[in-house]
Amino acid sequence: MNLSLSDEQVFLREAARGALSRFKTLEAAREALDGDKQALPDLWPTACEAGWPGLLIGEAHGGAGLDVFDAMLVLGECGRVIAGVALLGHLPATAILDAAGEQAPMLEELASGEKRAAYLPVCPPGDIEHGWTVDPAAGAARGSAPVASGSPGSVTVSGRLAWVPDAPGADLLVGVAILDGSPVGVAIEAGAAGVTIEAVERYDATRSLGHVTLSDAPASVLGASPETLAAAWHLAQALIAAESLGSVETALDVSVAYAKERFTFGRAIGSYQAVKHSLTEVLRELENGRSLLYYAGWARGGAPGEFPLAASAARSVAGRALDDAARTMISVHGGIGATWEHDAPLYFRRAQLSRRLLGGTGGATDRVAGELIAQS
Amino acid sequence: MDLEDTPEQAAYRAQVRSWLDEHRSEAPILQGPGALTDEDEIIAARRAWQGKLAEGGLAGVTWPKEYGGQSLGPIEQVLCSQEIARAKVPGILDSIGVGMLGPTIIAHGEEEQKSRYLAPLLHGDEVWCQLFSEPAAGSDLAAVQTRARRQDDGSWRLTGQKVWTTNAQFASFGLLLARTDPDVPKHKGLTMFIVPMDAEGVTIRGLRQISGEAEFNEVFFDDVALDGGSVVGGVGNGWGTALTTLMFERATIGLGSDGMGYSSTRFAAAIAADEHARVDSDVRHRLGEIASELLAIRFTGYRTLTALQKGQIPGPEAGLAKVTLVSGAIKAGDLIADILGPDALDPAGEWAYMISFLPGLKSAGGTEEILRNTIGERVLGLPPEPRLDKGIPFSELRSKEGAAA
Repeated sequence: MNLSLSDEQVFLREAARGALSRFKTLEAAREALDGDKQALPDLWPTACEAGWPGLLIGEAHGGAGLDVFDAMLVLGECGRVIAGVALLGHLPATAILDAAGEQAPMLEELASGEKRAAYLPVCPPGDIEHGWTVDPAAGAARGSAPVASGSPGSVTVSGRLAWVPDAPGADLLVGVAILDGSPVGVAIEAGAAGVTIEAVERYDATRSLGHVTLSDAPASVLGASPETLAAAWHLAQALIAAESLGSVETALDVSVAYAKERFTFGRAIGSYQAVKHSLTEVLRELENGRSLLYYAGWARGGAPGEFPLAASAARSVAGRALDDAARTMISVHGGIGATWEHDAPLYFRRAQLSRRLLGGTGGATDRVAGELIAQS
Repeated sequence: MDLEDTPEQAAYRAQVRSWLDEHRSEAPILQGPGALTDEDEIIAARRAWQGKLAEGGLAGVTWPKEYGGQSLGPIEQVLCSQEIARAKVPGILDSIGVGMLGPTIIAHGEEEQKSRYLAPLLHGDEVWCQLFSEPAAGSDLAAVQTRARRQDDGSWRLTGQKVWTTNAQFASFGLLLARTDPDVPKHKGLTMFIVPMDAEGVTIRGLRQISGEAEFNEVFFDDVALDGGSVVGGVGNGWGTALTTLMFERATIGLGSDGMGYSSTRFAAAIAADEHARVDSDVRHRLGEIASELLAIRFTGYRTLTALQKGQIPGPEAGLAKVTLVSGAIKAGDLIADILGPDALDPAGEWAYMISFLPGLKSAGGTEEILRNTIGERVLGLPPEPRLDKGIPFSELRSKEGAAA
């Protein structure tokens, strides 16, 4: 039994914290909301220096060959300081490419970070929905996965994917398309004919998003199994869960510090049960989320059949935890917490957008139920 | 990161499993065909089974060898409990005695007390009960009012009332926290006693709960005589002795993480069985939220075990898992009752007992509010609430409270 960080993992986490601390990410997030997009630091060179782009690519192709839990640790550090590092899009894409092996394009460049990939999120079938679906640009109805046509040697892909993390500026788009009724992995060069990426910003300026339209875009078919393609979706769930819990850690730390130093009626406000209990509730949600990150990290290698359940549960708990942590951060700080003067609104904005991306926290919660019902 | 046993742990597990394979047929049957139904017979059979477990080294795993235990660690205790659950045989009857009260006597008792009481306790020949809580002293345990007065001959006279006492109806002895000096601040005037439950003046009354069953008791003491050798841990040291017991209680609760049968798969199966409910998006959302949290505490348990294995002591945050477990099970019971309708409340069915049991469980082992205070203060480092009882003699405190009310 060992469910704890190895020395290497502690080092990876500390190194990530150190590297990101060189940037004023929170100030930049606020300035970017005011319209100064230039304020956002380009963190990709830092990621390359640290080796993060190649975390999930095998050593044979220039990557570090680490596992999803290591990637989750790095995402957690990004979440702590609301840093937009483009890993949420890049890492699931590299997981598909690495599984595809030799035929995967650009693998070495993607491992070094010379090139950047973005994952086209396509949600695998569940116990009720039998098709592969994508997030719609608006509304509750989910869209169909992109469709590929042609023969495996020469295919083109058409379809529309909304709110794709880190799509703007990516060199390669990697995802799932339906070819003759079956899911296949596809890689599409972002500069190819028929590819349109419309950058979109919503509510949280640190989050780079794009609407991707594919019109007969030429694609390589990757030798990736449906399990690999489904696992990429769940990996994205686990990564955004880890990132969210990183944000929860900071929101809780800042709130606790304030609750100790702010006095009312002659007492620190943290001594009042109403405040103390709301903070312990955030801690409870954080600890539950951490345990589920371990579950997801362990399951990916140790029990792959449980990975969809574990990653979805982590996403579900982490999404609620972040919403609660951000709201608690605001209420503990009183009125100032709801103003531009404070960092709390940045965490609140991050929470509200994150919970709606990649199928939404609600989609992950439904998946937990579906996985358990299907097993019954 | 792995969930596997180390070679040493695997060897220990195999040893326990082989003992259970060999002795399984001697275990009392409590459920299904051939199950015992008479309450007295069940208790007698479980006491005998506890004796066999003790002889096989499966009871008192963490007790020192000199008192009949195995001198092993908390990990082995967990492995042993897992194997007992896997073998589908009952565990020890007196888990409070073996898990908390015996270890308190080992830590604070006199040599004569250890040699007189520990072996029969471990073997189930004498069952023990914990006489701490009172109607007006639960979370604020140091407010106990049960009074022990020293007599001229060095013996004691005991008067008062205890409550929430599991197993009192068939216990031979109880470990009792009493006030021996009301004129000092409340934590200082306490003493721990061993009380024979068949002594004159002891009255035990079942305390029925929401389900209608009586799993706890009230125990009344009317001028009960105790000899001078009944004191455990010294006169006036009762609070420190009680803290030892509570520390073992926390370890017991933290490690008994089989989730009491409140598992995500069990609740999901109940919902999967209903063709309409299993595709209802609201039902699925509620199930998904409940199940995610219950899955989380399974892995919190593994994290706790990892800490123990590394020689670290799990902090009070492990207590948060209890909050999650109870609140998750409450929501699950509510969801299942929404689906099944009034049938869920049939006492003969699977769910009515759970639904009735959970509101009380919320306060078991300390109320949720006190738990959140403790965690807020010890884990998050938040300042404590101001207290009005510090440094004030207990006798004055009571009159102050009376005046305030």
